[in-house]
Amino acid sequence: MSQFAIPSGWEVVIGLEIHAQLATRSKIFSGASTAFGAEPNAQACAVDLGLPGVLPVLNEGAVRMASLFGLAIDAEISRVSSFDRKNYFYPDLPKGYQTTQLARPIVVGGSVTVTTGEGKKAKEHTIRVTRAHLEEDAGKSLHEDFHGMTGIDLNRAGTPLIEIVSEPDMRNPEQAVAYARKVHAIVQYLGICDGNMQEGSFRVDANVSVRPEGDEALGTRTEIKNVNSFRFLQRAIEFEIERQVDLLETGGEVVQATRLYDPDRDETRLMRTKEEADDYRYFPCPDLLPVVLDDETIESWRAELPELPDAKADRYQSEFGLSAYDAGVLTSSRATAEYFEAVIAREGSDAKLAANWVMGEVAALLNRLECEIGECPVPAEKLADLLERIADGTLSNKLGREVFEALAEQGGSVDEIIEARGLKQISDTGAIEAMVDEVIAANPGQVEAYRGGKDKLFGFFVGQVMKAAKGKANPQAVNEVLKRRLDGN
Amino acid sequence: MPTSDTQHRGGDAALINASIAELRDGLMTGEYTAADLAAVFAQRIETIDPSLNSLVSRVEPAEPASAAGRLAGIPYVHKDIFCAKGTRTTCGSRMLADWVAPYDSTVHERLTESGAVLLGKANMDEFAMGSSNENSHFGAVANPWDANAVPGGSSGGSAAAVAARLVPFATGTDTGGSIRQPAAFCGVTGIKPTYGRVSRYGMIAYASSFDQGGVIAKSAADCALVLGEMAGFDERDSTSADRPVPDYVAGLDESISGLRVGIPKQWFSDALDPAVGDAVSAAIDELRAAGAETVEIDLPDADIALAAYYLLAPAEASSNLSRFDGVRFGYRCEDPKDLQDLYERTRSEGFGSEVKRRILVGTYALSAGYYDAFYRRAQKARRLVTDHFQRAFEQCDVIAGPVTPTPAFDRGAHSADPAKMYLEDIFTIPVNLAGLPGMSVPAGFVEGRPVGLQLIGRHFDEARLLNVAHQYQQRVDWHERMPSMAADSANDNREG
Repeated sequence: MSQFAIPSGWEVVIGLEIHAQLATRSKIFSGASTAFGAEPNAQACAVDLGLPGVLPVLNEGAVRMASLFGLAIDAEISRVSSFDRKNYFYPDLPKGYQTTQLARPIVVGGSVTVTTGEGKKAKEHTIRVTRAHLEEDAGKSLHEDFHGMTGIDLNRAGTPLIEIVSEPDMRNPEQAVAYARKVHAIVQYLGICDGNMQEGSFRVDANVSVRPEGDEALGTRTEIKNVNSFRFLQRAIEFEIERQVDLLETGGEVVQATRLYDPDRDETRLMRTKEEADDYRYFPCPDLLPVVLDDETIESWRAELPELPDAKADRYQSEFGLSAYDAGVLTSSRATAEYFEAVIAREGSDAKLAANWVMGEVAALLNRLECEIGECPVPAEKLADLLERIADGTLSNKLGREVFEALAEQGGSVDEIIEARGLKQISDTGAIEAMVDEVIAANPGQVEAYRGGKDKLFGFFVGQVMKAAKGKANPQAVNEVLKRRLDGN
Repeated sequence: MPTSDTQHRGGDAALINASIAELRDGLMTGEYTAADLAAVFAQRIETIDPSLNSLVSRVEPAEPASAAGRLAGIPYVHKDIFCAKGTRTTCGSRMLADWVAPYDSTVHERLTESGAVLLGKANMDEFAMGSSNENSHFGAVANPWDANAVPGGSSGGSAAAVAARLVPFATGTDTGGSIRQPAAFCGVTGIKPTYGRVSRYGMIAYASSFDQGGVIAKSAADCALVLGEMAGFDERDSTSADRPVPDYVAGLDESISGLRVGIPKQWFSDALDPAVGDAVSAAIDELRAAGAETVEIDLPDADIALAAYYLLAPAEASSNLSRFDGVRFGYRCEDPKDLQDLYERTRSEGFGSEVKRRILVGTYALSAGYYDAFYRRAQKARRLVTDHFQRAFEQCDVIAGPVTPTPAFDRGAHSADPAKMYLEDIFTIPVNLAGLPGMSVPAGFVEGRPVGLQLIGRHFDEARLLNVAHQYQQRVDWHERMPSMAADSANDNREG
């Protein structure tokens, strides 16, 4: 689809800042609910509104979740971290400052391994994470429907976030997207973020710069905001690379600035330059004590860690004999892995068959319906039923697909659909023998030719039998019977 | 020679001079009811306060929420920095001139549970910034001892109200001396507890790492009773201390024989008005006479403390006061033409000049390129001051000295020179930097204006401070003196 290539002679340097909303029930510094979609300002209490006299109290759940992320990427969990105030005026920032962690973040270091390319072209890259820190989200400014004024919704104000800052370790848009996807998978595996990019639960800002190949010094970077899907991330970075290289190749200069990605026009637009940026006047927040964690607490959290995407993919390869690529796809999101595991949970299930179905029919269906696997109209249990009928010979693969479509369109159980549509495969040897005998009797010329050495005609006979069986004969059984009859023994 | 007049209309002299314990006795024995008591003090407010301007709002007295609480039926006023649900809470500012608090501060909640009866909200320097109570949107407060003198600040309304016997006690807050200095200027007793002893929840922030709520009352015994009800851990304030509150009243009668009282020699220098020095020395002699030993100690950095405070407190204030932007509550300018205009005019019109001055100083101190030179250095100075106190407390149990360099100054005396005004806090500020508990105890008069003795204790040693102050007050009667206006002005103001 994309024709993009990095212009020759240039190297691209990308770092990402990812904001992930933590899935705590209440806000980071107040008891108000964090649920999405309530009436504007219905979930903003006195603390969230920044009323005079209110004070923040840290939600320990947010500390635990941020630490789980740190443990998942092998980072150091700070035994002492602390909060600072980032001061700036904006109507959806109720207190006039954001409480965040500048000097002492809770998570330091760590790395994420990503793979780009497929098969022989597959390449692994390690992307280092600089830090991840806790902070509060701002509210939302609503610029429509207020007749020249701006509405403020503070429901989101105070929702806990972790901001995950990477090193500038990515060299092309694919790596950046792979990294963002991996972080997205990790936070969902950990159950610390719902990962919903449309609702803004998972937001990615990209820092992009270019430099002539071979140069050591980094070029001037721009920060791209407002990217709310992985596809847009890829496009925004591609656009920005082209824009910067064009500028530099025509004697221009890149201006350090924050730019907004506009998906409708597929371009980035200047938001503000560095000169226009606020002086945030960070200083330690005097209302909050430092967060002190002991080894015991951290170890108890480490013990909570679920199987993470990389470990799961390794296991799929060793346990089920799946390819690295397939294992990667199946573990790319927690929901996909959960679906796959639910399909193969049944005794005697065939993991490879299941993998093919999940990556083939299920993926195609989701694509067509534009929905997530969690909303798949064919639940994992029904797919497992279906695969069982294929494995026991009741259904051929082809009939299986027909049943799958029926399940997707009208629901019902696998056996009901087989029954109602008469799709049951004919495996009864007597019935197949009768059909084979009919076909042999009806085609003496071909039989003679075959017996004379024209092996290729075997397929013809199979076709004839299947036609007689209206496609429902068990292909394996047909083969066996045909071979026996034709080869004359 | 207490000045009192049993004939005045403002209520029975015995009643208005009674201790809180005595008032509780009267209530318990049925001599009078809580409603009677509230009516007596409300009447005094009605007649006397117009000449003081110590209150910003009056509150219709409610039935005590508890009949058995230690403060059941005792009237009081809040410094107008404490949120009390349904009451206007102005913080002395135009910015909040019409703001009605929709929730209770923890201090208000606890006093209410204890049965105390709120009669009003006391005037104060805007956002607690000031040492004279001249920085209030609601006008200056008169010192009950001398109408030409300031009552001190920022809890000037609270101190004046207690001095004039408008209420048995008042709440206050102390960020750089704002309880102790007005208590000294008005001849009443005030305690600023250890940072973290009293919850700051619902107390409008000036400088969060210094702000501490406390009490102003006539005597140490009254302070002990009220503080015991206010203090204690609050899960809504992360900086409040999770440690038990001792029974402050129970410890009052202990002997102070053998107590080591540290006298900071640098505090008795040229900066101190000699007459104030004499009064303070006489008070220290009384402590000696009660069996205490005195020991000279070194507290060399009062000037450093002052400089550090006037960087750190404004820095925190510049951030704390950002929320007053005209968007969600409080004052909003007329017809803003855009967002920038809304911010600029709301804040220009809503804040007074001292508040703006401190926001500017604080903003500057935190700005890129200045942070290290100002904010960070000031933090180091703060640690130094704290260390020096710690060293001093190896040699003594409490520190005694002046509260202020002079008695109450005249109104307008420092209005042209803010730096001169800041010097008024030179003996109180170091205590806030170190987060220590401090008291102001009436210790005499200079030319008719009261002078205070400051007592400073170790962290969470309020019980000892109150004990020392109480023992002192067993030997003197300075705290029992009442300004003549409190006795007479009811008559003077009969027409007005």
